[in-house]
Amino acid sequence: MADITAGAGRGAEDIRDAYMAMTRRKRMYGGIILAIFVVLMVSGFRLADGRNAGGFWDGITNIFQFPSEVVAEAAENAANLPGLMWKFLPSLIETLNIAAASTLIGAMAAVVLSLLSTRGLARWPRLVGLFRRIMDIMRAIPEIVIALVLIFILGGGPVPAMIAIAFHTAGALGKLFSEVNENASLQPVEGLHSVGANWTQRMWLGVIPQVAPNYLSYGLLRFEINIRASAILGFVGSGGIGYDLKNAFSWGQGRYDEVAAIFILLFLSIVFFDQLSSHYRNKLIGRA
Amino acid sequence: MATTDIGAADRRAGVEALFARKRLLSFGLPGLILAYFVYVFFAFDIPGLAERARMDNAAILVSDAYSYKTHVTRDNRTGGITVAVEGEAKGTYPEGMTPDWLEMTGADSARVALPGGHQARIDGETSVFTVPGYGEVSLTASRRGIDMQLPTEEVPDWISASSSRVTVTTEAGRMIVTKARTEVYRYSFGWELFWFTLDSPFYGKSLGELAALAVSSDRLVEGQSNIAAMVSDVWTNKMWRHGDVLWALFETMLMAFLGTMGAALVALPLAFLAAKNFTSFASIRFGVRRVFDFVRGVDGLIWTIILSRAFGPGPLTGALAILITDSGSFGKLFSEALENVDDKQIEGVRSTGAKPMQRYRFGVIPQIMPVLLSQILYYLESNTRSATVIGAIVGGGIGLLLTQAIITQKDWEEVSYYIVLIVLMVILMDTISGWIRRRVIKGSDGGH
Repeated sequence: MADITAGAGRGAEDIRDAYMAMTRRKRMYGGIILAIFVVLMVSGFRLADGRNAGGFWDGITNIFQFPSEVVAEAAENAANLPGLMWKFLPSLIETLNIAAASTLIGAMAAVVLSLLSTRGLARWPRLVGLFRRIMDIMRAIPEIVIALVLIFILGGGPVPAMIAIAFHTAGALGKLFSEVNENASLQPVEGLHSVGANWTQRMWLGVIPQVAPNYLSYGLLRFEINIRASAILGFVGSGGIGYDLKNAFSWGQGRYDEVAAIFILLFLSIVFFDQLSSHYRNKLIGRA
Repeated sequence: MATTDIGAADRRAGVEALFARKRLLSFGLPGLILAYFVYVFFAFDIPGLAERARMDNAAILVSDAYSYKTHVTRDNRTGGITVAVEGEAKGTYPEGMTPDWLEMTGADSARVALPGGHQARIDGETSVFTVPGYGEVSLTASRRGIDMQLPTEEVPDWISASSSRVTVTTEAGRMIVTKARTEVYRYSFGWELFWFTLDSPFYGKSLGELAALAVSSDRLVEGQSNIAAMVSDVWTNKMWRHGDVLWALFETMLMAFLGTMGAALVALPLAFLAAKNFTSFASIRFGVRRVFDFVRGVDGLIWTIILSRAFGPGPLTGALAILITDSGSFGKLFSEALENVDDKQIEGVRSTGAKPMQRYRFGVIPQIMPVLLSQILYYLESNTRSATVIGAIVGGGIGLLLTQAIITQKDWEEVSYYIVLIVLMVILMDTISGWIRRRVIKGSDGGH
């Protein structure tokens, strides 16, 4: 009896010691990781600060200078703003069209790529890995790279941006879609197979109806991201509102009312589509 | 009996309505998308694109990406022949050094062997281009103009001739004669002078020779071991600027890292203020959430422009632009994660007498850490790509180098080099973040 309690006591002590040692080790690792992180952040900040043309502490004091100039000029010419916004509306529509067309094209390519790279659904099961790598590479190439090269060949305009964004979208959505596909039930596919449906029919009638709501939800999210991307690509040379912003911006002072008008347009449309897409996404996910 | 009939009729009507709706959807939706594409087709002026497209540019781009040309130039005013890679000063062969396909037959004459039996001879003002199966094209530059002698009556379409300029273009090479100078272009496969430039003592050595030099003790460069001299010659290569390029790549990653981590650090405390279960004042919650929405709505592009005005070009500006934009997104995501935490753990910690900070540290953070980390890592990956674009706008990192190389419209081999490096950088970041995600998130799942 005494033996047992003594043994149990020692066992408990062992467990406690082991636990305390583990906790200490965990704390130490946590502390080391935290210290490394802090060192990285601080040294990274100092390095970036050193390689920047203007220093952080100088810049932080006049961070509001440019916005206040823009606001002041916009307020001066407040009566012009609606007219200017009307003037830039076609470019905004172009930017939105780039985003919408590239999302649609990218999503259609992504559907095919994702089906080809999902185990159990793939047309050529041996090539699943190949299609996955293709999507990885499509995702890895930044849009600006493709856009700039295409601008050289095709000239400025919306098409290079559209192709660049669609290419990236196909890779990005393809990965998300194939994760959705993996959760799809195979029973409808088998049912269709048993009545002699070919691969396209099995996918179109057996898989797509199951996954369409999730596809749509991801597609809407991507559309939102692509609006931002197409505005940025405009700034580096292809059409749309970004290009107008760059021009208005390079005119310098005196044209900041145009900058303000574009800022407002861009802000409003991004917020609008953000709200719209999150509303529909909530609905789709709720229903699914 | 009658009631079941009505029920069946109702059901039948319902099914028919459902089918009609589905039919409409399955034909209407593709139709709608098609109609939209037709609209876009004309809105983007795709029919006119075929005219505007510069396929010759595409050909230059592709051939330049894997080959380079060496210019053999004779100055027709002062005499004298120079040989330079891509015609650039930093690629000029020093006196007494020539590539092996060039034979200097005199002070003012040279013979260039071109692939496929083609040959170009420069002999003072006169130069002769030999094309197998056609004959010799003889061109003489003088003050009055260019005199051309052809074996045939007709001028073939691969020669473009005017009184002041004659260009002979063949697959093997190219000769351009003007009053000012005679130039022969010879194309070679590969990226020129990628490791060592012509002024380096290591230029033109094979891998074996280099390895032998690396371990040998006689020094080619005074006061430096051979390995150090090699590394420094590659690092400071004037043609490719490897050192600057790697710095730029590092700057881009730095932008992404500082921006993402900074955004997470800013967003985390604010997210507590925006979460329902941590902040009971609805007005504060509302205010903080609108701040998040505003920061997200003012796009990264606008933040980048505003910040580059205040901070000037450089990596810090890019990092701050990422920081501000993403703190909005993080704030939203984190506050949603916080609203989903389990209260029981917090109560458990509270029951031991923990103060609020301790409750957050031991009751909340461990619960949201996996979500937080995976979001942060996901943004880090995507920001590595964004940092390239932002770098192009603010003027920092690899994005700047890429836009500069593309604007010159001739250094396509550099463009392809940068593209390869960017893709490798993105893949590297994806791999690192995937590794951390697997380690940390799995580890913390096991720990709790």
